[in-house]
Amino acid sequence: MLNVSLSPHVHSGNSTQKCMLQVIIALLPALAWSFYQFGTGALIVTLSSVAFCVLFEILITRFLLHTPTTLGDLSAVVTGILLAFNVPSNLPLWIIAIGALVAIGVGKMAFGGLGANIFNPALVGRVFLLIAYPVQMTTWPTQAGYADVETGATPLALLKQYANGADVQLPEVMDCLVGSTGGSLGEVSAIALLLGGVYLLVRKTITWHIPVSVLVSAFVFGWLFFGFNCTVAVEELLCGGMMLGAIYMATDYVSSPMNPRSQLIYGLCIGFLAILIRRFGAYPEGMSFAILIMNAFTPLLNKYVKPQRFGVVKK
Amino acid sequence: MKTFKLGGVHPAANKLSDKAPIEVAAVPAMVAIPMAQNLGAPSKAIVAKGDKVKVGTVIGEPGGFLSSFVHSSVSGTVDKVDLVEDATGKKVPAVFIKVEGDEWEESIDRSKDIVREIKLEKQAIIDRVKACGIVGMGGATFPTQVKLTPPPTAKPECVIINAVECEPYLTSDHSLMLAHAEEICIGVQILEKAMGVSKAYIGIEANKPDAIKLMTETAKNGFPEIEIVPLKLKYPQGGEKQLINAVIGKEVPSGGLPIATGALVQNVGTAFAVYEAVQKNKPLIERIVTVTGKSVKKPSNFLARLGVPVADLIAAAGGVPEDTGKIISGGPMMGKAMPDTNSYMVKGCSGILVMKNEEARRKEASPCIRCAKCVHACPMGLQPNFLSKYSELGMLDEAEAERIYDCIECGSCQFSCPANRPLLDWIRQGKPKVMGILRARAAAAAEAKKAAEAAAAEKK
Repeated sequence: MLNVSLSPHVHSGNSTQKCMLQVIIALLPALAWSFYQFGTGALIVTLSSVAFCVLFEILITRFLLHTPTTLGDLSAVVTGILLAFNVPSNLPLWIIAIGALVAIGVGKMAFGGLGANIFNPALVGRVFLLIAYPVQMTTWPTQAGYADVETGATPLALLKQYANGADVQLPEVMDCLVGSTGGSLGEVSAIALLLGGVYLLVRKTITWHIPVSVLVSAFVFGWLFFGFNCTVAVEELLCGGMMLGAIYMATDYVSSPMNPRSQLIYGLCIGFLAILIRRFGAYPEGMSFAILIMNAFTPLLNKYVKPQRFGVVKK
Repeated sequence: MKTFKLGGVHPAANKLSDKAPIEVAAVPAMVAIPMAQNLGAPSKAIVAKGDKVKVGTVIGEPGGFLSSFVHSSVSGTVDKVDLVEDATGKKVPAVFIKVEGDEWEESIDRSKDIVREIKLEKQAIIDRVKACGIVGMGGATFPTQVKLTPPPTAKPECVIINAVECEPYLTSDHSLMLAHAEEICIGVQILEKAMGVSKAYIGIEANKPDAIKLMTETAKNGFPEIEIVPLKLKYPQGGEKQLINAVIGKEVPSGGLPIATGALVQNVGTAFAVYEAVQKNKPLIERIVTVTGKSVKKPSNFLARLGVPVADLIAAAGGVPEDTGKIISGGPMMGKAMPDTNSYMVKGCSGILVMKNEEARRKEASPCIRCAKCVHACPMGLQPNFLSKYSELGMLDEAEAERIYDCIECGSCQFSCPANRPLLDWIRQGKPKVMGILRARAAAAAEAKKAAEAAAAEKK
């Protein structure tokens, strides 16, 4: 009996699982750096975050939705890693568990699971934690270890003080690039994150549109809002969640728009909003909020911004 | 290197038969020549049981404006006119001819000499092309004489020859170029003369360096106006709109004819068939067909007479392998899956692709993760994810607004979908419905205009 399905009769062989696996691989250099920088804390937080995300997804599909498990697509693992990357490396396990529950339960499964969620699940979890546990979420260790480690001001706080006219010692660009500064677990090393970003571009897992537009916009507005200082503008790109957000969070398939033009608009707005919040907001970091706000605009962008058409002349 | 501007994908080329020379396929004891071998109205059989025919005898007449002559590919006696399956399993009338000897019509020049001088004038060329039953050989089978007669408003500037062969596996055009470079160039000149233009391009993808080299050398010797354009490998470069865009940089306007760009596109096989028709008075009675597949013993390029059973051709390439799951007429991206091997060779069949069971099954679809790979792959600048969803949900207004009618059904979206979603299946459901609405709307508008004019005339 011959199969008579319609064309195309061949497939690229790509799969959701492969896409997610590539993201995981791309995040490994940053994880390796975090382990070097923050020691075992980085591993404990990352592994437990992944474990909690996987666990909650199993529990929800099994006992609430009564649907087959969706772990195979690896998206819960990606969410787990990204959530961990967005929290301090000495965060208590019970807080991580709550973050994972909110990320998977509220951010993803409540909307209908992978593909149906409006907001980036990891960021939903992260922002929930930031608001619910502001103290634990904003004391970043500056050295290796998990418990009882020294904490200090992050470069972003220094940049904000600088913009407000305070006489502060700006962080070294090299430190920000390599990642020997304080901050959330996975966001510190710009170079490691960029390395993974190049991998994702080469493997065509993501396109350049979102990361480049976020970074360009953040640089331009960073220069405008932070005293027309190029060094500061560059450090705005290298510090905090900017790289992690631009390359790995804003490019989240499900919550970002779907054609090159709308992706550019989306990226430019994220860069602008992040810098706006960093400069004038109550929090030193605005990346998570900027991405979540633009997530909400994604359906609108999808509806009103059309791709470049073939054979349609502008009137 | 040039290519088209939007989208595109890179399926594995799998040109298994690209080193295989052209082999003449055996003529069986009985052929069945289908009367539906062209786009448009089927031809009408004009022979009956007992009629004697030679190779090249007309056995079918055009059944309308958009239709073609069909000629006997063998000599012998007409056995019956009966229904046969076409490649998709649809029943079409066919003339069965019992083969006796190999006698050709005297008017056909069977010598091996290459005739360079083009004696026929513009209209005579078009008439000859029609009389010889030439259709687009790339697979679309559009009657060539119709394409050579563009609307009077068109301003033809050049001829573009489609030698891209961007479909994986297929090598019929490739082998044809290697065997008949000079004849093809003369055929191109004939097409130029028919269109009244003096510039031609032959677009060839970069994975055929031997063909690019040979065609370039051939064109240098006496065909100065023919330019060989090597193209960067990308599917669907052989799509008419994509090829025009790649070669001369222009875009066929949405809803318009390709000739609006000044370019007339013809397949390289058509150029060769036109050469044989005009210079040798030989009707279209045979073509090159690739029989291939990973499990096929001897992937081959056959010169096969029309009406030869498809099963015979597969047998000549080593037979249908044990674990065959799908047999395709054409290439793997746009070809049609055949329900069985009971159909017969036709003018538009450029390849027969045998796929193993494991290759033939689609993977189960999972939820759309909105990765936008289909959007990036679409060569027409459409959003296949939305088109598919709108078709599925019957949201035809939205599908129209998203320009579902521009879809060329190349399959790039479905090919690249990581969730294995049947995007094109759904788009194929919605597209004809939207086209129907557009046609009905245009007809109603024309009717209203007519009525208004009649009313205005009455007033006067």
